[in-house]
Parts: sequence; C-alpha cells; structure tokens
Amino acid sequence: MAKLPDRRPETLGGYIVHGVPFPVETDPDALAFLKRMAPLQIEQEYSITYLHSYGQDSPWFAAASNKKLLATRDPESGYTYATPRGHDMYSGRETEWIDISDRKAYIHAFTVCHFGSEEFLPETPFVLALIEFEGVNTLFLSRLLGVDPQEATLDWIGMEVQPRFLRNSKLKPTDVYFVPAES
Amino acid sequence: MRPVYALSGGVSKFAKARPDKTFQAIVKEAYDAAIADLGLDFSTFTQQVDGSVASYFSDHFTRQLMAGIMAQDYLGLCPKPSHRVEGGGATGGLCFQEAWKAVASGHMDVCLAYGFETMSHVETWKGNEFIALASDVSWDYPVGGFYSGYYAMMVTRHMKEFGTTVEQMAHVSVKNHINAYHNPYAQKRNRYSIQDVRNSPMVAWPLTRLDICVMSDGAAAVILASEEGIKRLESAGADVPKPLVRVTGIGRGTDAMRMADRPHVDYDTFMREYATQQEHDSDETRAYYKKLWEHGTRYPGVHSFRAGRTAGNMAYKHAGIKDPLHELDFVELHDAYTSSEIQTYEDLGLCRYGEGGEFATSGKTFMPGVDYGLDLPEQPICPVNPSGGLIACGHPVGATGLMQAVFAIWQLQEGIEQHFGDPTLQIKEARRGAIHSHAGTGTYVTVSILERED
Repeated sequence: MAKLPDRRPETLGGYIVHGVPFPVETDPDALAFLKRMAPLQIEQEYSITYLHSYGQDSPWFAAASNKKLLATRDPESGYTYATPRGHDMYSGRETEWIDISDRKAYIHAFTVCHFGSEEFLPETPFVLALIEFEGVNTLFLSRLLGVDPQEATLDWIGMEVQPRFLRNSKLKPTDVYFVPAES
Repeated sequence: MRPVYALSGGVSKFAKARPDKTFQAIVKEAYDAAIADLGLDFSTFTQQVDGSVASYFSDHFTRQLMAGIMAQDYLGLCPKPSHRVEGGGATGGLCFQEAWKAVASGHMDVCLAYGFETMSHVETWKGNEFIALASDVSWDYPVGGFYSGYYAMMVTRHMKEFGTTVEQMAHVSVKNHINAYHNPYAQKRNRYSIQDVRNSPMVAWPLTRLDICVMSDGAAAVILASEEGIKRLESAGADVPKPLVRVTGIGRGTDAMRMADRPHVDYDTFMREYATQQEHDSDETRAYYKKLWEHGTRYPGVHSFRAGRTAGNMAYKHAGIKDPLHELDFVELHDAYTSSEIQTYEDLGLCRYGEGGEFATSGKTFMPGVDYGLDLPEQPICPVNPSGGLIACGHPVGATGLMQAVFAIWQLQEGIEQHFGDPTLQIKEARRGAIHSHAGTGTYVTVSILERED
C-alpha cells in the first residue's frame, strides 16, 4: 500500500513581523553572541511579463488555432520535423511547411505526472506523451486525454491517437492534444 | 597538452536548506577544505593560485545575476582571472573540464574549480518550474514542463523496447541510498528496500519519489595543477596529498534541447558513429545489435543519450580505455533518476544498450562488503556511485559534478576513511575512476577519467 502523507506541505506566507529580537546594548558579549543568531529570512517577490516571439515557428501556432497541424520538411532530403524547425539540422537548408493533420499518429512514450512544476500542479494527474507520426522523422510532445491516469500501462505505447484542437486557442503548443483514435 | 593533476577537493555538507549562510560562505566551506588538504593557509594559497572557474546553474534560484563574481570576491581571489560556466546539470562537470583546460593549455599552473547551488530559496514546486525552464519554453515547458516527467517518458520507452522493470530501477535506489549511509556529506542517509522505493509516492509514472534525486543547498571545490604548479605549491609549504591523481581523459557530447528532435538512426550509422571499440570488435555484440534493430530499435531515440556515449567514447580514447567495466575501478555518474543511471550504464559501455536493467541487478555495480539486503547474483566489478550519487547525496546543480570529482580524488588517494570517518566506501586499490556529469534531457554530458599515479 502506498505510504499515506504524514507531513503538511510547507508554504511561504504568514504574519508580517515588525521588530526583530536584538541585544539592547552592543557590548562585546552581545556582539559575540550575534555569531549564534539564527538567520533572518525574508520573502522577495519576482514576476515579469515577457513579450515572447515564436519567430519562424509562428505559422505552426496560427495553424493550430485554425485546427491544422503543421510540420516542417527539408525540401530536398524530405527529413520531416513534427516539432517544427526553421532549418534542417543535417543540411542547414531552410525547411518548408507541410500539413500533417491527417497523418496516422501513435504514442511513442508517455508518463503520468502526479506532481509537477508549480504552474501545472493544479492539472495533476496529467498525461504527457511523445507522439510519432507516419512518415515523420521526429516526435511531438503533447498531452494525452481519454485515458485513465490511474491505470497507466506500457500498452499505451503504440496506441493510435488523433489530434484534437482547443476551440479557444491560447496560442500555445497545448492548442493541440491527442486522444485515442476512433476505430 | 601537458599533464594535469587533481590535487585536492572539498565539499560542504549538502542539505535541504542552508539558511545559516549565504552561497558565498557555503562555497568557502568547500574551498577551505580543499586548501586544508594541501596543508596551506588561506593567504598562502591565495598567493599561489592563478585563477578559477565558477559553476552554478540557475540565476533564478539565487535571484542574483553574476553570483560567480560574488563567490570569487568572497574567496579573496580578485583580481585573478575567472569565468562562470553553465550547462544545466552538467555545469559542475563542464567547470572541472574548463579548469583542466586552463592548466593543460599552460594558461595557468594552479586553477581552482568551485561550484554551488542554493535551491532552497524557493518552494520545491517552484524549483521544479525553474529547472523545467531548461527545456524549450516555446514547445516543451508549456505542455507541462517537469523534468521528472521527461525522464519518465524516456524510461517508459526503455521499458517497452528492452523489458526494463521498475524493480531493476529500484535496485539503483537501494544501492545508492545504502552507500550514502556511510557518507557523512550525503543529504539522505537511509536504508531502503525495493518495496520502500516502489511504495513511496508516485511522482511521474513509473518513477516514485525514491527514484529521483532531491534539491539541495551545497558547494564543492577542486584544485587542479600542472607539475610546475605542484612544485610551486610545495615551495610555498604545501604538503600535496600523495599519491597524485592525474586527469587522463576528457570527453564531452551534446544533443538537441528537445528530446522530440533526437534522431532515430539505423544500425549501420550506430555502428559507425556511436558503437564503442569493444562493441565494434565483438561479432557477438554486432549480432546482438543487429537483432535489436530488426525488432525496431533506433538510436538514440528517447531511451538513450548519444551525448553520454559521445563523451564516454572520447574520454576512453583519451585515456586509452578499451573495456570500461574492467578497466575502471569505479564510476561516479549522474543518477538524477534511477532510470538515468541505467541508461548511463549503457551509454558508458559498462553494458550493452538494452541490457542496463539486468546489469543493475547483477551486483556488478555494488560495493563489496556492504549489506544491501538484496540477493545479487554476481560479485562487484566496478562500483557505480559508491558515494551515494545524486539520489542520496543531493543535487545542488552547480556543485554536483565537482562533488563527484572530490569523491573520486578521495577514492584514488585512499582517503575515504580520513574524510568520511568510515572506511566502508573505500574501494581497495582503486587506480582509475570516471566521473560523469549530465544536463537536461541529455543535452550536455561530460566524462572525465582520473587516475592514481604511484
């Protein structure tokens, strides 16, 4: 049986303290005693809004918001990237866009995240999966829905899946996610 | 390039949190220990050292840019030359090699490598977020950025292709935790069983909390020198620890940031570009790999690290190693996950690709004379992570690769009892060891070979 939680989570936040204990007189004994003082810890806020550019990858996001899944391809070798790259890593040539919305897709690898980074904690448990596409050389990282996260099994690897798009695009790679293919 | 010696090192106690000191003062703990091992005082060593390399991973954890110069300043090393290196989890290994280069090239005779990380300044889940920012923020992070998740995906593929099991991974956790039981510098000193590992909370299926290293505050420092540097230190009164430890091999490799972009090469390309010399030379191994490829294996995919294989092959060639399992007396490798230790056995050629799981339970990587409570079929050949590794010692990122170097130096100097106060983890007559430092999902990997000179 899994171990039950026996600790409360540690969080920041709490009372604001005015006035910190300190010797009234700074005589030599009091100053020497400062070496035995516990450290003071304060909270520091830090947040910033970035204007992030998708640069040469931008068409992929425009396509996803219109329910199309794009990839890029070296025009000569045909080497195809499910996660788009503006230039091929073998020839250095500029790639071209192709539509892979209707390609057969399969689970290549996956996990169920029961914990995560702070931003994604509220979404746990969620399934991360690397998707492989027929005729495409590289993979695509995405979310998998339509499976029970509590029933993870290696049998999911190789399962045929299909893309599903958010109706209200967020212009993020999660505008597309995958579900088991309809038979 | 001229010979470079790793003379001494120091490690601060790795802990969940060290609010008692600022990061500079934690670095000084490690630095003072490294100097003390040379028998020099602070100001004498300061006069003799030519410069330094600083190692820390994330500006986010300290919320401080240019933290490196603050450590340099606190150590009293200004105005000597210094620079910071950064390469994710491999930062410490890169730092060690940059210090090696400074000495090998003749630019410096005595060079200090120091590293640190103070990860306790944010809550664990925010720390996971910071670490996940070391994945592509356009494509990877927004999908659910979480490194344990990335490694869990790798291992599900490893399990599917090669039949690796969670119990085999748990053997790594039991080994490394029980080794660390004898290491006073380790953050976690607990004896666990296979059941304990499997029953601990699931983090990213199938990895549980005890399959994964912890965040730490800590620092480490190593002093490297040329033969001229050693003479100079001895003229200044140093009692340089003997036997000397020479760095005889350096290797480094890289791979694409997004593991989705990793290639899936065919058998011929694998044999030509990535196979070890030993794999090349064995008819039986070539046939074994041919069979794997016939069953659909492609390399490196997401189950293997070609950066690690590249680094290992380069370092072995440099050091003249042909059979790493039998020519290395120990390996300190980057076990951020039990699964990545298994993957790394394969990358480093300690076993063949696909056989890491079985290798993990064979007993070959365990310490002799230590009771693990496991039924191990074979005798130890090459202990892996005799110190306890990242899983038990902790992983204060910028310090980790240097911590491995310090423990390797102590092994080769037969100084484990002196430093740990316990002889259990001393590998008898250890003559040659490897340290392996690894970043991201296998983006930067370093391998360095250290050898004892008699």
